Amino acid sequence: MLNMNLIVIPILLLLAATAVTVARIRNLWAAVMFTGIYSFLGASWMLILDAPDVAFTEAAVGAGISTILMLATLSLTPKKRHRDGHLQSDDFEEKPLKHSPFWPLLVVTITGCALVYGTYDMPAFGDPNAPIQVYPDPSFVAKSQPDMHGLPNVVTAVLASYRGYDTLGETAVIFTAGIAVLLILRKNTPEDDRRANEQEAVS
Amino acid sequence: MTLEDALGLYSYWIVIFLMMTGFYIVISGKNLIKTIIGLNIFQTSVFLLYITMGKVQGGTAPILRDGGGHSDHHGEGHNHGGEHGEAIHQGSEHGSVVVDHAVQQASFTEDVIATVGEAAAHSGAEYQGVLYTNPLPSVLMLTAIVVGIATTALALALIVRIREEYGTIEEDEILAIDRKSDS
Amino acid sequence: MNSFPIIRIVTKILIPYILLFAMYVQFHGDFGPGGGFQAGVIFAAALILYGLVYGLPSLQKVAPPRIIEKLIALGLLLYAGTGIACMMMGGNFLDYDVLTHNFLTDVPAAIDFLPPGEHPRHFLPQGQHLGIFLVELGVGITVTAVMTMIFYAFAGREQVA
Repeated sequence: MLNMNLIVIPILLLLAATAVTVARIRNLWAAVMFTGIYSFLGASWMLILDAPDVAFTEAAVGAGISTILMLATLSLTPKKRHRDGHLQSDDFEEKPLKHSPFWPLLVVTITGCALVYGTYDMPAFGDPNAPIQVYPDPSFVAKSQPDMHGLPNVVTAVLASYRGYDTLGETAVIFTAGIAVLLILRKNTPEDDRRANEQEAVS
Repeated sequence: MTLEDALGLYSYWIVIFLMMTGFYIVISGKNLIKTIIGLNIFQTSVFLLYITMGKVQGGTAPILRDGGGHSDHHGEGHNHGGEHGEAIHQGSEHGSVVVDHAVQQASFTEDVIATVGEAAAHSGAEYQGVLYTNPLPSVLMLTAIVVGIATTALALALIVRIREEYGTIEEDEILAIDRKSDS
Repeated sequence: MNSFPIIRIVTKILIPYILLFAMYVQFHGDFGPGGGFQAGVIFAAALILYGLVYGLPSLQKVAPPRIIEKLIALGLLLYAGTGIACMMMGGNFLDYDVLTHNFLTDVPAAIDFLPPGEHPRHFLPQGQHLGIFLVELGVGITVTAVMTMIFYAFAGREQVA
């Protein structure tokens, strides 16, 4: 009936358990670490779903860079200042909820039920006649061979050549985000300050 | 609903569960960093949704095997090698890149027609008798992941600035400070 | 981190391989899984690891912020420049086919080394290969530089109040 890879069962269970743990845990430091684990598990599932490029990126970005950035943010945003500069684990406790989690849970449950109801019309997992597999005409995979002079990785071919505009725009988005972070966070170097003072003195 | 149907839909349900967990974190917490974590979980679940939809039963990763196709292509190149080479040579003698380019284009078009005719006989992303998973969701999600980390970094930078100005990263405390300064 | 000798030594052993792997992912991305985004992130991860273990000043000696800053723009320029180059050579924007060139056709020395009947153009990268290579390189440079620069921005910030 299904030639399903059995390893997905523990991966999916762990994925769900990790997500719930992130929701329940109040220590932000631990929550960030669990987010990293969640990303790795997600990447494992993507690998099983035949998307090695995405799995690769998710593992490097989600579990690597994003965890580092969140830890860096945490170290800059403790609850209170300490004279000696050492941080303790309770500096990163989230404040306990004042209200009961009933309303958010209700909203989430209703939304989830509506979405599950929606899946009854979805094509079954791996169905070769699903709309996504029929349109756009998947013969572009075969066409990419002569088009790209035999580049085997279709994902790269689509990313860099067929959808080159899209990737250009996206590189511009990364560029913009990088510049924006610099504008928000960077402190002037003493040299810059000195130069600014000189200019003020001149004018 | 039979067991078979449930087995066909389980991937969506897992994704919906993860999505709703992320949603819950976003709407229930007051801590800004926790909210960002929730958004990240939500985002990853959307990636997973797209990737599960691209999967074909019995398919493999969209990296075409260096099998018959490649050598076919080369073989054809050999057959036409003589005339193409000559035409290109003429082209470069005239110093015209355009002619050269056009000739090459023509040869690729021939190849395309041949390959497409072959592919039309089958359904799905098939090449040389091997079925491949749809690469389009992979491409879309690849770009989404990298844009996602860029926006996350921006959000975290804003949180750092908020902490410096307000001394807290709890939403209700920030609102209280804002109200106090307004009145 | 002077008190963690194991971390320091393991980091020193690992970093060259991480960098090498990033290069592999970058330049082999057309043939296997990989590409500019992944390579950029992995390269930046190696730099950040060095920064975490040996301190920000030593990382800034290796990758000076002034240079990294310029690399952010350079990568994007390389990408857009490839598109412009295609336009200059008579194609559409980012239409790499026009990048195909047979500049060794008239060099007799090159022909001497070829098997009989083989034309020199087979030894040159085809337009699409060259275009994808340049574009991915641009993406890789931008992503590396942006991630490193974001790390600098966060790590260089001091804790206040």
